[in-house]
Amino acid sequence: MTARYGLAQVARMEWIKLRSLRSTWWTLILTAAGTVGIGVAVGLNTPNSGGDITNNALAGVVPGLLLTGVLGVLTMTGEYSSGTIRATLATAPRRPLVLVAKAAVFGAVTLVVGEAAAFIAFFAVGATLRAGVTAPTLGQPGVLRAVAVTGAGFCLIGLLGLGLGAIVRHSAAAVGVLVAGVYVAAQFIGIMAHGVASYMPILIVANSLSTTMPVTCGTDAASCPDFLSAWAGLGVLSLYAVIALTLGGWLLARRDT
Amino acid sequence: MIDVRNLTRRYGPTVAVDALSFDVRPGVVTGFLGPNGSGKSTTMRLILGLDRPDAGQARIGGRRYRDLAWPLREVGALLEAKAFHPGRSARAHLAALAAGNAIPRARVDEVLDMVGLTGAAGRRAGKFSLGMGQRLGMAAALLGDPAVLMFDEPVNGLDPEGVRWIRNLLKSLAAQGRTVFVSSHLISEMALTAERLVVIGRGRLLADTTVAELSAGAESLEDAFFRLTSDEIEYRGAPS
Ligand SMILES: Nc1ncnc2c1ncn2[C@@H]1O[C@H](COP(=O)(O)OP(=O)(O)OP(=O)(O)O)[C@@H](O)[C@H]1O
Ligand SMILES: [Mg+2]
Repeated sequence: MTARYGLAQVARMEWIKLRSLRSTWWTLILTAAGTVGIGVAVGLNTPNSGGDITNNALAGVVPGLLLTGVLGVLTMTGEYSSGTIRATLATAPRRPLVLVAKAAVFGAVTLVVGEAAAFIAFFAVGATLRAGVTAPTLGQPGVLRAVAVTGAGFCLIGLLGLGLGAIVRHSAAAVGVLVAGVYVAAQFIGIMAHGVASYMPILIVANSLSTTMPVTCGTDAASCPDFLSAWAGLGVLSLYAVIALTLGGWLLARRDT
Repeated sequence: MIDVRNLTRRYGPTVAVDALSFDVRPGVVTGFLGPNGSGKSTTMRLILGLDRPDAGQARIGGRRYRDLAWPLREVGALLEAKAFHPGRSARAHLAALAAGNAIPRARVDEVLDMVGLTGAAGRRAGKFSLGMGQRLGMAAALLGDPAVLMFDEPVNGLDPEGVRWIRNLLKSLAAQGRTVFVSSHLISEMALTAERLVVIGRGRLLADTTVAELSAGAESLEDAFFRLTSDEIEYRGAPS
C-alpha cells in the first residue's frame, strides 16, 4: 500500500460515482443515438456525391455535444446540490487532485463514447446513403482525421462543462452559461464579428473538426470567416477546457463548501 | 485527539466562531453543546477543512485535516446536512468513498450491516427517510474504522430504537479508546451519553468540563446549561 491517497484512489472513487448514476448512462446513450440518428437523416437528404459527405455524416455531433457538455456540468454541480461534495472532500481534502481525477475519468469516458458515436455515425451514414451517392471511406484524404478529431470534440466540450460546473456550482446557472457560451454566442458573434466567429466552440466543431477539407467561402469571401484547421481547432477547444478546469480548480481550492 | 486553538471564522458581519480553543480527548464521549447558531456545525466544518478559518487552527493527532494520509481511516464524520446523491444507492455511495481511501470493499457491507441498512442498500438514497439518511451518514463515518469520530446531531430523525443504538454505539466507540466528539441539542441525551462537555455560545467557549462538574449545584444538567447560556441565546421563541 502506498503512503498516502493519490490520483489512483481518487480516480477510482470518481469512476464509481460516475457509473453509479443512471442518468450518466442515459445521457451517454442518448448522445450516441442522437449523433447517429441525425447523421443518418442528413445523409439521406444528401442528393449527390458533390459535397463533403463526411461532414454531413457528422452533422449530429453539434446537437449531441450539448448533452455531453450538460453531463459534464451536472457531474460537478450534482456534488453541490446533493451535498456529496462534503463527503468527497472529506475523503480527499487535496481539492485540485479531486478535480484532476474527475476530469481524467470523465474525459476518458466521453472520449470513448464520442469516438464510438462519431465512427458509428460515419459507417451508418455510409450504409444508408441514397442510391447513386458514393459513401466516403476512411482511406480518403482527411476522412479518418475528421471522424477521429470530431469524436474527441465530445470529450473537450464535456470537460469544458465540468470546468464551468466547478466555477458556477449551480446546475441551472452553469448549464445556462454553457449553452450561452457554446451555442447562443456563436449565433450572434457569427453575424457581428467574423474574425472571432472562427473561435466559437460550436463553429470549430462544425467547420474545423468535422470537415475533410478547409471550408472555403467561394465568391462570398468577404462575409465568411477564415475557419481554423482541424488541428488548430482541436487546440483551441482544448485550451478552453483547460482554462475552465484551471479556474474551477483554483476556485474549488479557495472556497468553502 | 482533536485540538482546536484560537479558531475564528466570520461570515460577513457574523462571527460564527470566535477565538475558540479546546481539546477533545480519546477514551470518552465529549458532548458539544450550545444554542442554535452558536457555531457548533461551523466548528466541525472547520476541523474537517471544509470551511477555511480566518484565524487559528484545528488539528487531529497533531496534523491538519488536509495533511492526513488516509483521511477516512483517521477521522470519521457525520455532518448535519445530507452528503449523498439522491440518485445513487447507499452501497455505491459507500463503495466510492471506500475506494477513495483504499478501504477494502468488504467493509462497505460490514458498515451497512452495523447501521441496519443492508436491506435498503441497493435502493436510491434519495428515497430514504430522514433517519435512514442519518444511518447512511453514520455508515460513512464508520467506514474507515477511524480513531477519531465527529457527529453533528446524530440522533436527528432517529426513532427511539435508533437513539438508544447511537447512545450505545458512541459509548462503545469511546470505550475502545477512540476520540468521540458529538454535538446535540438534547441535553438529557448528552447527560446519558457524554462524560465531558464543551459548551459554546455565540462562537465563544463557555465551559470545557465534565458532565458531573457542570451538573453539580444545579437541579439538572439542563438547568446548568440554561444558566450558562442564558446571555448567549440569539434565537428565542416568544413565551407562551
Ligand atoms: N455558510 C455560511 N454563511 C453565512 N453564515 C453562516 C454560514 N454558516 C454558518 N453561518 C452563521 O454562523 C453562525 C453559526 O452557525 P452554525 O450552523 O455553526 O451554528 P450551530 O451551533 O450549528 O447551530 P444549530 O444548533 O442551529 O445547528 C450562525 O449565525 C449562522 O447563521
Ligand atoms: Mg448545527
